[in-house]
Amino acid sequence: MTFDLLRSLGAMPLVNQLPKGPYYGVLAEFATPADLYHACERVRDAGFTRWDAHTPFPVHGLEGAMGLRRSPLPWIVLGMGLLGAALGFLLQWWVHTSAYPLVISGKPFNAWPAFIPITFEVAVLFAALGAVLGMLGLNRLPMHYHPLFRSKVFERVTDDAFFISIESWDPRFDASATGKLLESLGARSVELLES
Amino acid sequence: MQESRSDPHMALRPEQATIPPGHSWNRLPMIGVVLALLGAVACAILGPANPKQFFFSWLVSFLFFLSLALGALFFVLIQYAAQGGWGIVVRRIGETIFATLPVMAALFLPLLLGLRDLYSWSVPGAAEHDALLRWKAPYLNVPFFLIRAALYFGIWSFIALLYYRGSSGQDVTGDPAVSARLRRLAGPAIIVLALTQTFASVDWIMSLTPHWYSTIFGVYFFAGSFVGFIALLSVVVVGMRRAGLLNTVISAEHLHDLGKLLFAFTAFWAYIAFSQFFLMWYANLPEETIWYQARLEGSWKTVSILLMAGHFGAPFFYLMGRAVKRRGSTLAAGGMWLLAMHFMDLYWQVMPTLHPAGVRPSVLDVAAFLAVGGCFGAAAGWLMRRKALVPLRDPRLAESIAFENA
Repeated sequence: MTFDLLRSLGAMPLVNQLPKGPYYGVLAEFATPADLYHACERVRDAGFTRWDAHTPFPVHGLEGAMGLRRSPLPWIVLGMGLLGAALGFLLQWWVHTSAYPLVISGKPFNAWPAFIPITFEVAVLFAALGAVLGMLGLNRLPMHYHPLFRSKVFERVTDDAFFISIESWDPRFDASATGKLLESLGARSVELLES
Repeated sequence: MQESRSDPHMALRPEQATIPPGHSWNRLPMIGVVLALLGAVACAILGPANPKQFFFSWLVSFLFFLSLALGALFFVLIQYAAQGGWGIVVRRIGETIFATLPVMAALFLPLLLGLRDLYSWSVPGAAEHDALLRWKAPYLNVPFFLIRAALYFGIWSFIALLYYRGSSGQDVTGDPAVSARLRRLAGPAIIVLALTQTFASVDWIMSLTPHWYSTIFGVYFFAGSFVGFIALLSVVVVGMRRAGLLNTVISAEHLHDLGKLLFAFTAFWAYIAFSQFFLMWYANLPEETIWYQARLEGSWKTVSILLMAGHFGAPFFYLMGRAVKRRGSTLAAGGMWLLAMHFMDLYWQVMPTLHPAGVRPSVLDVAAFLAVGGCFGAAAGWLMRRKALVPLRDPRLAESIAFENA
């Protein structure tokens, strides 16, 4: 799983790794979720790796059609949860046994049952922070600018249009051939975007 | 996923959801009867020499199978109340299990012969020199105890038969109004079930130690019973698929959801169990800590630690992963483990009253388990043969079959 984690992290280019070349990539617009779904299957089968699909609403099963690997996020959440539990327990144990030992209602210094609620809460807090920050990190968010927003038709992505974007640093990218491929898959319009 | 069908109320052909003639699952009632007779004969031979042990062993096994049936009732009621879609394919198995509640009422009767052996408060004169028992006497007295037991079984059997008849009647009529009616009744039924189940656990388990009281005890009993039922359901579903039943109906998606419930309620059980222990340990009041005192000494302490590690720690990490929940073999293994843990939990609640010095397993434990479990299995197996294994004409069956986790 660690290899998976590293691979998925490596597959996502950082914002500052955007190429200095003339093109960001191609953007193709599809009329229906079904058109988009089948086009995604073909783009996946053509071996592209640095591309994405954009829809106004979740399209069921699209992650399969795109050939996406499962997110490494659960492992981040688990790691953070365990870390939080360990830190929460150790803090209390250290305070009550060595830093500031006090007899509280006749309990021993290392009164572990009393530490459980805070250990649990810190584990939940760390896991939740891991989930939110991990999700943002894996999605490279917050991102204040993206070349896709140069496109006028892309504004309809929150309304009634479905898009595939293939980025120019994909090893299989070719400005004219990739555009033709998307056209042949039933795209309503294909656009070459500057970076 | 939209699918066009000629009859939207008939998502399945009946033969896809019934036990075919000659199938090995037809023998379930027979196997149950044989095991029950075996257990009953063993109880009849060994019981008279050690009646106290017999009644305690019977109580543990009775509570185990009763809790599974009550867990099933709660499961089906929340499916109706929340209009759950995914669970409709496993609903009939739950209905079959809670339809054994009238049988559980009959299996309660042997305990009435041993009230004085089980419950020290029921011995005449017990309250005479005991201020706390005198104070509790308006509740803890034999006539009222019997009235309450009759009330619990009456209410449970009524709800169980109402839902079983309603759902299995819909197989024939296909009337969608049945679903709507049972949905409306589910909310009030859940409240009634929660109250009766709470009081029953107080009567039958908590009053074994009549000085002790725990306000969270009903929730603790509920948590265990729901874990137990989901574990049983997982095992039964996987067993059916292995035997070639419901293969076209129940998919890895449904197993995944059962696994999620099992995982969630394992954590819930631990949360409640720890909450009960924690407050008593912290407050350190004698009439509360006495219960844990008995369970934190000698070999009962080992059982307590095993419960913590086996009913929570191990299954929590085991069931966390996605693949474990979606594969039949791994889910069923988790289910069988948690069923065993649920039995151990009840054993640990009941038996220290009889054997305060330490764990003393008895042949009568096994005999009572076979007798009660055999009756439970025979009744459930007999019902499975009579009706389809899924609610054939529930309006949302097609949706349930096509269910996919997002």
